[in-house]
Amino acid sequence: MTEANQIQKTAAGNSLKMLQAMVGIGIFCALMIVLTFQGTLPIIKKKKAEALEKAIFKVLPGIEKTEAYQLGQDDNFTPLAGEGKEGQVAYAGYDQNGKLVGVAVEASGQGYADIIRVLYGYDPEKQAVVGFYVLESKETPGLGDKIEKDPNFQANFEALDVSLADGQSTLKNTVITVKNGAKQNPWEIDGITGATISSRAIGNIMGVSTAYWVPLIYKNQAAFIENNEQ
Amino acid sequence: MANPTKNNTGFLASLKDSPSTDEFIKGLWRENPVFVQVLGMCPTLAVSNTAMNALAMGLATTFVLLMSNLLVSSLRNFIPKQVRIASYILIIATFVTMTDYMIQAISVDLHKSLGAFISLIVVNCLILGRAEAFASKNTLGRSFLDGLGMGIGFTFALFCLGAVRELLGNGTLFGWAFFPDTFQEWIVMILPAGGFFTLAIWLLIFNAAKERRATS
Repeated sequence: MTEANQIQKTAAGNSLKMLQAMVGIGIFCALMIVLTFQGTLPIIKKKKAEALEKAIFKVLPGIEKTEAYQLGQDDNFTPLAGEGKEGQVAYAGYDQNGKLVGVAVEASGQGYADIIRVLYGYDPEKQAVVGFYVLESKETPGLGDKIEKDPNFQANFEALDVSLADGQSTLKNTVITVKNGAKQNPWEIDGITGATISSRAIGNIMGVSTAYWVPLIYKNQAAFIENNEQ
Repeated sequence: MANPTKNNTGFLASLKDSPSTDEFIKGLWRENPVFVQVLGMCPTLAVSNTAMNALAMGLATTFVLLMSNLLVSSLRNFIPKQVRIASYILIIATFVTMTDYMIQAISVDLHKSLGAFISLIVVNCLILGRAEAFASKNTLGRSFLDGLGMGIGFTFALFCLGAVRELLGNGTLFGWAFFPDTFQEWIVMILPAGGFFTLAIWLLIFNAAKERRATS
C-alpha cells in the first residue's frame, strides 16, 4: 500500500515537473515571439511600403510623386490618407509639374507555381499600359521567372494598347498572350518560349485586371487631377 | 577520499582546456554537417541556387542553431526527459519565427527569395540533432562553440554549392557578371537537378580527400 502510494506520488511529481517545464518554456517562447513581432512590425511595414513605392516609380516612368486612392462602392476614387491601404487601391503618379502621368494598379492571379502578384502602370492619355513589374512570384527559376527578368518580355508593356471601346465601359480588345514571335497587334503580349504557362498567366491577369480597372480609371480621371491640385 | 577529488579536478581541467577549440573546429571540417554528416539536405538542395541565398540561409540557420543550443544547454537540468523533444521543438520553432520576422525587417527581397524555406528550418534535423546529441549533455560554453562551429560549417557548405550553381547557371557571383556575354548559362544548374549534381560532386571531393588522408 505504501509502495503504491510512493509510486503514485513520484508520478504526480513527475507530471508536475513536466507541466512546469512545458508551460515555462511555452510562456518564455510566446514572450520572445511577441517581442520580436512588435519590434519588427513597424520596420517591415515601412519596408513593404517602400518596395511598393519603388515599384510604382518603375511602372510609371517619369513621375516625381505618388498618391494612393481608394475605390469606393459607388465607383468613385477618393484620396486615401494614413496607413491603411486595404481594399481596392490605385496609385496615381504625377510629374514634377503636378500633372497626372498615370495610375498604377495591383493585379494577381494563378501562375504556374503559385499566385503571381504584379503592378502595372496605366496612362489614360495614351490609353495604354506603360509599365509592368512583378511584385511576387514563385515561378520556376530560369524558366518561368523570365516574366520578371526577360527584357524582351518586359518590352511588351512599354505601350500595351488598352484603348476603350465606343461605350467607354469596355475595352476594345482584351489583352492576350500569343506565341513567341506572333505578336502583331499592340494589345497582344509576346509569350516566352519555355515559359508558356507563366507568360499566359500574365496575359490572363492583365486581361482581367485591365478590363475591370481601365474603364473605371478613365471615367474618373478628373478625381486624380482635382485632388492633386487642392 | 582524496584521490577521487583529485581525479575529478583533473578530469574537469582536461575538459576545460582541450575541447574548447575542438568543439568549434569539428563542425567546420571533420564533422561538417552537410559534407560529412549529410544532414539538412532540404535547405541545402533547395536554397543553394545563388550564392546570396545560400549565405543568407546559412546565417539564418546558424543563428537558430546557436540560440537553441544555448537555451537547451542552460535548461538541460530543468527539462524532464519525457518532454525533452517537445521542448526542443518549441524552442527551435520560436527562434525560427523570430528569424523569419527579422529577415523580413532586413530585406523584403531576401525574404521573398528564401520563401517557405525559412519556416522549414524548424524541421532541419541538424538543429534538433545538435540539441539532443550535444547541447542537452554539455555546458553552456561548449554548446555555444559547438553551435557556432556547426553553423559556420553549414553556411560554408551551402555557400560552396550556391557559388558553383550561380556561377554556372547564371554566369554571375553575388549578382556580378563573371563571364563574357557569349557565355551560355547552364540553366539546369539553378534548377533542382543542379543541386543534386553539385552536391554529388562536392561529396565526391570530400570523400576522396578523406580516403587519401586515411591511406597516407
